[in-house]
Amino acid sequence: MTFTIPNFIPAIPEIFMLVMICVILMTDLFLGKRIKSIAYSLTQLTLIGAFLLTMHQYGMPKVYTFDHMYVLDKLAILSKLAILLVSFFVFLYSREYIGMTKLPRGEYHILGLFAVLGMMVLVSASNFLTLYLGLEVLSLPLYAMVALKRDSGVASEAAMKYFVMGALASGMLLYGLSMLYGVSHSLDFTAVAKVVSETSPAHSLILIFGLVFIIAGIAFKMGAAPFHMWVPDVYDGSPTSVTLFISSAPKIAALIMAYRLLVESAPGLIIQWQHVLMVIAVLSIVLGNVVAIAQSNIKRMLAYSSIAHMGYMLLGIIAGTKAGYASSLFYVFTYSMMSMGAFAMLLMMSKSGFEAENIEDLQGLNSRNPWYALMMLLIMFSMAGIPPAVGFFAKLGVLEAVINANMTWLAIVALIFAIVGAYYYLRVVKVMYFDDPKDATAVTAPMDMRIAITINGLAVIALGLFPSALIGLCRNVFFG
Amino acid sequence: MIPLSDYLIVGAILFGLSLAGIIINRKNVIILLMCIELMLLAVNTNFIAFSHYLGDNLGEIFVFFILTVAAAEAAIGLAILMVLYRNRQTINVEDLDSLKG
Repeated sequence: MTFTIPNFIPAIPEIFMLVMICVILMTDLFLGKRIKSIAYSLTQLTLIGAFLLTMHQYGMPKVYTFDHMYVLDKLAILSKLAILLVSFFVFLYSREYIGMTKLPRGEYHILGLFAVLGMMVLVSASNFLTLYLGLEVLSLPLYAMVALKRDSGVASEAAMKYFVMGALASGMLLYGLSMLYGVSHSLDFTAVAKVVSETSPAHSLILIFGLVFIIAGIAFKMGAAPFHMWVPDVYDGSPTSVTLFISSAPKIAALIMAYRLLVESAPGLIIQWQHVLMVIAVLSIVLGNVVAIAQSNIKRMLAYSSIAHMGYMLLGIIAGTKAGYASSLFYVFTYSMMSMGAFAMLLMMSKSGFEAENIEDLQGLNSRNPWYALMMLLIMFSMAGIPPAVGFFAKLGVLEAVINANMTWLAIVALIFAIVGAYYYLRVVKVMYFDDPKDATAVTAPMDMRIAITINGLAVIALGLFPSALIGLCRNVFFG
Repeated sequence: MIPLSDYLIVGAILFGLSLAGIIINRKNVIILLMCIELMLLAVNTNFIAFSHYLGDNLGEIFVFFILTVAAAEAAIGLAILMVLYRNRQTINVEDLDSLKG
């Protein structure tokens, strides 16, 4: 029996992250009391370092390592870059809020970094085992993060619901994977794909049985209807900085997981998963957009809006074409950017002892701080899909993909409910600009946060005016 | 020799029981945690059965990882349960209804 040393180079960013997380854990333990900002600064340095390392890998040819368990392809690199960038902004936005609400600093950052590490492993998986481990490394810290506010009843209730639902999703996913393993004798995506496409329809019943469980698991993790029950409760119950985190980067990882499981390992069952996903996407779009109208709590409203957005994002996968996958990728990148901006605005409006949670808390934001109101306006327009904001091109891309795949009815349903959805986004704008503020004090935030929200808001409009660069990057992943 | 299908049926029954337990149970959160463990064990039964009948050990390796992750999951679940009990003085599923809308 010989042992060969695997090629570690493709996994350098992950290894760097893991080492740094351990370093931060120790430094925070010994120096955290004296130097308050140490966990934050080291976290940001780690993310920048991992970003640069991943950047260095950009353009590398597709390479497998760790005995075909781990792949570094264009999709993995691009989504890792996006995840790291989004996480950088998330930690930047939440710094002030964590100090104010006295959440444990060190724990927040370490758990957050572990979740980022899980996402990176998840997007690089080329084997069911790696995928499962990545998914759990992503999910377990998130459960703990929701419960970080230890004296809050709603936060612990939200954490319990998230935990039970998440564990149920993992169980379903695993049950489906065990079926696929039983038929294909392998855990490797390419090997499974080969067996799946060669199986005769008579024997594919067990495959379809497994596939249904896998899709249910994916939909749970994404938070798409009818497996969406946890989303509003978790968004509402957890501290806003954690909601900000949950609503941004993990969505990217969830989409890549869906792509790897459905497109890469079960391309032979495309007809079957297309049908199931269609039901999920239509339900998500309809339910998300309609229920969001009735919400007065803005965190819940954004939760239902995220359910609807997950539905739109799935449209690209349903199309089953390379252009469709590219448009889904573009959609999720822009969505995580918009969602991050919207929650960041809530973080900035919160003061000690006051949490901005209801739509009426945004009343008269224009007179309290016109620049923030403008940024929020851009983000809301983008979420509603109004040109020239980037959300319009994201929706256009997925709708074009389904129309090209001869599913015009799906595009029509999606479009009608996008118009319904515009109502509640525009209501936020109306409240900001045309209502009088209850509390007329100016909204202020530290310099770095102001710069970050400006970049975030302007990026929404800049990417909308010049979308070709990012669209080109996303298409390059699948066509190049 | 016991055929493969018998093991798969046992797995399916265990999985069904755990799913029913999660959905029907309205009493105690600890029962939910037990059901989650049972669900993972159902998956393990499947993997082991396939692995044995196919004659390769990939499935058995997977089971080791699932067991490890299940232990970590149980630790986090019980920790959350402790926090919940301290805040609410109850672990009744029906009382967990303050988040609605």
